[in-house]
Amino acid sequence: MTKLSFNYKSIKEIIRKNKPLLVLLILCVLMSILNDRFWTWGNIITVLRQTSINAVIATGMTFAILIGGIDLSVGSVLAICGAVAATLIASGMDALLAVLITLLLGLGIGLVNGILISKGRLQPFIATLGTMTLLRGFTLVYTQGKPISANGAADSAVFSKIGTGYFLHIPIPIFIMIIVFIIAYYILRHLRMGRYIYSLGSNEEATMYSAIKTDNVKLFVYGSVGLLAALAGIIVTARLGSAQPTAGAGYELDAIAAVVLGGTSMSGGVGTISGTVIGALIIGLLNNALNLLQVPSYYQDVAKGIVILIAVLLDRKQKASR
Amino acid sequence: MPEKIISMKKIGKDFSGVQVLKAVDFNIYDGKIMALIGENGAGKSTLMKILTGVYTKTSGEIMMNGKEVHFSSTKGSQKNGIAIIHQELNLIQHLSIGENIYLGREPITNMKNIKWKQLYEESQKWLDKLGLDEDPRELIMNISVGKQQLVEIAKALSLKAKVIIMDEPTGALTVSETEKLFSVIMELKEQGHSIVYISHRLKEIFEICDYVTVLRDGELIGENSINELDEDKIIEMMVGRKLSEQYPRIPLEPGEVVLEVKNLNNQFVKDVSFQLHQGEILGVAGLMGAGRTELARTLYGIYRKDNGEIYLDHKKIRLNSPTDALKQGIAYVSEDRKSNGIVLGLNVRENITLPSLKSYSGKIGNILKTKEEESARKYINSMSIKTSGSKQLLKYLSGGNQQKVSIAKNLDTSPRILILDEPTRGVDVGAKKEIYELINQFKQDGMSIIMISSEIPEILGMSDRIMVMHEGGIMGILNRDEATQENIMSLAVGKEVS
Repeated sequence: MTKLSFNYKSIKEIIRKNKPLLVLLILCVLMSILNDRFWTWGNIITVLRQTSINAVIATGMTFAILIGGIDLSVGSVLAICGAVAATLIASGMDALLAVLITLLLGLGIGLVNGILISKGRLQPFIATLGTMTLLRGFTLVYTQGKPISANGAADSAVFSKIGTGYFLHIPIPIFIMIIVFIIAYYILRHLRMGRYIYSLGSNEEATMYSAIKTDNVKLFVYGSVGLLAALAGIIVTARLGSAQPTAGAGYELDAIAAVVLGGTSMSGGVGTISGTVIGALIIGLLNNALNLLQVPSYYQDVAKGIVILIAVLLDRKQKASR
Repeated sequence: MPEKIISMKKIGKDFSGVQVLKAVDFNIYDGKIMALIGENGAGKSTLMKILTGVYTKTSGEIMMNGKEVHFSSTKGSQKNGIAIIHQELNLIQHLSIGENIYLGREPITNMKNIKWKQLYEESQKWLDKLGLDEDPRELIMNISVGKQQLVEIAKALSLKAKVIIMDEPTGALTVSETEKLFSVIMELKEQGHSIVYISHRLKEIFEICDYVTVLRDGELIGENSINELDEDKIIEMMVGRKLSEQYPRIPLEPGEVVLEVKNLNNQFVKDVSFQLHQGEILGVAGLMGAGRTELARTLYGIYRKDNGEIYLDHKKIRLNSPTDALKQGIAYVSEDRKSNGIVLGLNVRENITLPSLKSYSGKIGNILKTKEEESARKYINSMSIKTSGSKQLLKYLSGGNQQKVSIAKNLDTSPRILILDEPTRGVDVGAKKEIYELINQFKQDGMSIIMISSEIPEILGMSDRIMVMHEGGIMGILNRDEATQENIMSLAVGKEVS
């Protein structure tokens, strides 16, 4: 009897600590009842591949939110970087070099955000709202509002592998996502920079008093966000074979939703990469489920919004009652 | 004797078992100015917060015009004609003078619209009465602090306040603003208002007050007519207390000069010069706002110096950031540990190693957790930090143990000079003693210590020399044989010691 109640308690404890995981599991169970195509290998791979773009962006967003900041410009960074990558490939450039240049561009844009926020003392919301609008406009000017094709050049086939290729029967974007997760996890858990990120998010003043150069931490964080948004832009462009001027619009919201669903606090200092992994999967799964259930696209956003609100409310309620 | 408008009798107050007021009597006389004075922590603010209904008293009674009254909020005391003007003014910077005066009590029409014309006309009347030459439509942020003080008074008058309590009203005022304020106060008195005047500045008290009430350690020391007192008598009343035996000072011959500060100036401190020897505890005394914390933070590289020099081992050094300071071996334990001393969201281990994390790092900036853990355990044991483990979050530790962590993280940077700012603030008695013993240990290890404290007995009990600050400058540096509570208090209130 006592053993039983103890087990019950420990299960409760596990659930209490892993609300996001619970939401994910409930979604999976629901879907397997509602649709028999859900648990097929093909569908699972589809979900993961669709999740990969948001997951890569959300990883950067986790850093930004952990230090009590935010980056709204990720969608625009994705678009401009995608356009640049497509141009470079179409010009006949070596795929590796084109990817490197694009990543550097993303890093550079991220560092500019970081400088505006640290040296310029702008609110992260305002600074990145500015760069978001600016870069979107710049992308439209650059592309003249038309898609830029990455096809028909020397390295086009190699480049498109990044988005469409397989390795061990698993799409390459999924591998990229997993590698990004592992690196981010290692940074947050084992590197000095990770410790500084949590410290800065929890108490900026005390971090500064501890002789930590908080500006450098911010530069690292926003630089990483930009780099990862550029990586997402490369995946999207490679998958489609062209760069769309409106690519990535609204992606910042999905990324923020994934981070928050994963239990990271918007006020900073609290959160994990594993939480973001689950958060991104919930969003990916939700999109997939709504498609499988043939919910009209206008209603999909309504349903997504409701699920996000319920999940976050559950989490909040539990934290308040602690 | 004039009539008592308010008489607080045998007021007692305790906060979770700690008695901060013990059977205090306090009177306010009709049309008179009562000074309320005492050291930091003597219970002045608590007493006034009880009178205005912010705190509820544990025992005693409050009589107003002969009848007992109970105030459960400031609204209640306001209704009965008692207004308080806090040291940090409670005005809204982005609203106009008139809006501030009538905030929450705006004259409104039946449609709930504000009658702006009436609001500003009424405001103008109060401003005229106080001789304040400003348009009531002017924003608070555009007028000087002295004028803001008068707006607070206008607000109090518009509330029909009979009794006005002023907490350190001249703290941020210039000489001419102070004079203006005094003439307003004298006028209010003539019109029959009663005033409670809280101040550290004895000169001001002799200038305007009729009576003086002195508190010390939550007890009433005396209520006298100003004519019966002089400065020395008041100082004696403020500090006259026996030193207990809880300070285990270790006499030690101080070594060479380690740190020398010459003519240091910035917006907070004026012309500060002093020397610090090896193995010495230099106590820094002074009243609130004397610039002690600001001096410490200037030495720690938080605030810039405008001019002056700092020498370490007779070599000139630059201190532009905490990184510079720690590199030179200067560490700072903050008086405000929750804001900038510790990180509540990190655990004990992470807090202790935060400033010195580089020495726990591998080649790629990875943290060597075993080494880190060993170090954390060392401090937890040697400083008897009470925690369930090195992975306990700081927010779950008691104040005393948080303070120990705050000291430990600084120790881990192996400082030569340790600046302790109010090291025992918000710490219970037992932990206090442990902290004193730790400080002595550091001293024996050859560290030089600057200890800022508002508790004079603590300063007297621990220090080898005592530096007293007043309004950003150094009033005097006392050797042990000249250091008495009276001397320290005299210097702290800006009075030369012969």
